[in-house]
Amino acid sequence: MSAKLPAVHGSINGQAFTAAADATLLQVIRGAGLQVPTLCHLDGLTPVGACRLCLVAIEGHPKLEPACVTTVADGMVVHTHTPELETYRRMAVELFFAEGNHVCAFCVANGSCELQDVAVEVGMDHSRFPYQYPQRHVDASHPQFSLDHHRCILCTRCVRVCDEIEGAHVWDVGYRGSTCSIIAGLDQPWGDVAACTSCGKCVDVCPTGALFRKEDGTGEKHPHPERPRQLAEARSEHHWQNQ
Amino acid sequence: MTTPPPKLRFATVWLAGCSGCHMSFLDLDEWLFELAEAVEIVYSPVASDTKVFPQGVDLCLVEGAVANADNLELALQLRARSKVVVSFGDCAVTANVPGLRNLWAGVDGGSRQSVLDRGYLELADTGAQHPHAPGIVPELLERVLPLHEVIPVDHYLPGCPPSAERIRTFLEHLLRGEEPAMEGPAMLGFG
Repeated sequence: MSAKLPAVHGSINGQAFTAAADATLLQVIRGAGLQVPTLCHLDGLTPVGACRLCLVAIEGHPKLEPACVTTVADGMVVHTHTPELETYRRMAVELFFAEGNHVCAFCVANGSCELQDVAVEVGMDHSRFPYQYPQRHVDASHPQFSLDHHRCILCTRCVRVCDEIEGAHVWDVGYRGSTCSIIAGLDQPWGDVAACTSCGKCVDVCPTGALFRKEDGTGEKHPHPERPRQLAEARSEHHWQNQ
Repeated sequence: MTTPPPKLRFATVWLAGCSGCHMSFLDLDEWLFELAEAVEIVYSPVASDTKVFPQGVDLCLVEGAVANADNLELALQLRARSKVVVSFGDCAVTANVPGLRNLWAGVDGGSRQSVLDRGYLELADTGAQHPHAPGIVPELLERVLPLHEVIPVDHYLPGCPPSAERIRTFLEHLLRGEEPAMEGPAMLGFG
């Protein structure tokens, strides 16, 4: 059994906190009942700091830090909602909308989309950046699910849940820059990837309408982002049903 | 006896949209009577017969994206003749569904040719031909634009459509001379 980690102390928005030394700033922020927006983070999956929405200001640090991948340290003085942070967050969300093809009106995830919700949270009433209308495609080769790349924000939740929870590692990230995309197998049609168990976990955790069940029409997607945490906890704490 | 203050001159405009935002506006139901007390409707596809956008408009709600030459001309005209211009609904704010043909901008012939070919040639049952009536049927622009990429916009009212409650709250603020508080799910949110 490992030695108990020492507690560290600091403050967030003027509110004092005490936390385990291996806690992330995001855990401490949420534990204190405070909020920062996130898109790529999901409890139960390894944090990657991809979406940059959870950036916070730490006094004495020369740059802003993503709370999900920053470990707390003793004496940390953290600010989560400075005008600078709010400006950058809104800009980041506008860029998500501008770089993909996000048309809420007829999306499967309309009403249950985390990108749509985060736009409200950061106060986005329009995009100051021109929409790019990138040429992407839809992979409908899987018998049960589809991947509409137009709606993908490259959060990599699907990549992580498939690797870390399902253990199948169907998904990866391919290509670079504006052509960067989620790929199945060795960049094959999803339906051709024998490793896929059709478990649907990637669809459950996708924050937008990029991954969806084929029977879902406009506004009919019902995601389950809570499942990786439930499964991770059930495994670590042996919460098996029917036993 | 004092003269009542002049009523606010109010207009609504319908560019490239489905008219759903105007339907939502009509969903204001009996509050429309209160609105009619407070404003003079000087131009609107649902509440006025005036064909030419008038001078001296105080407040103008604009539904729809800018997709053709007529949309562009009216957008420039309403901006020059209105004090306050509001991007009314997702098509005006983001180009939304009318803007989908921008995905064909890089295809041979561009988005305009692609959408006309698809609509009038490939999907025609009989008599396939492009519409051609210069001066009557407006030419499509190559790229469909949200309103603020064409003219300066003072306020944004997102939603597809914005709900009647959202429209009412927004207008009530403006009629009281206040800045509308555009925050939270009641006032913001695309789709």
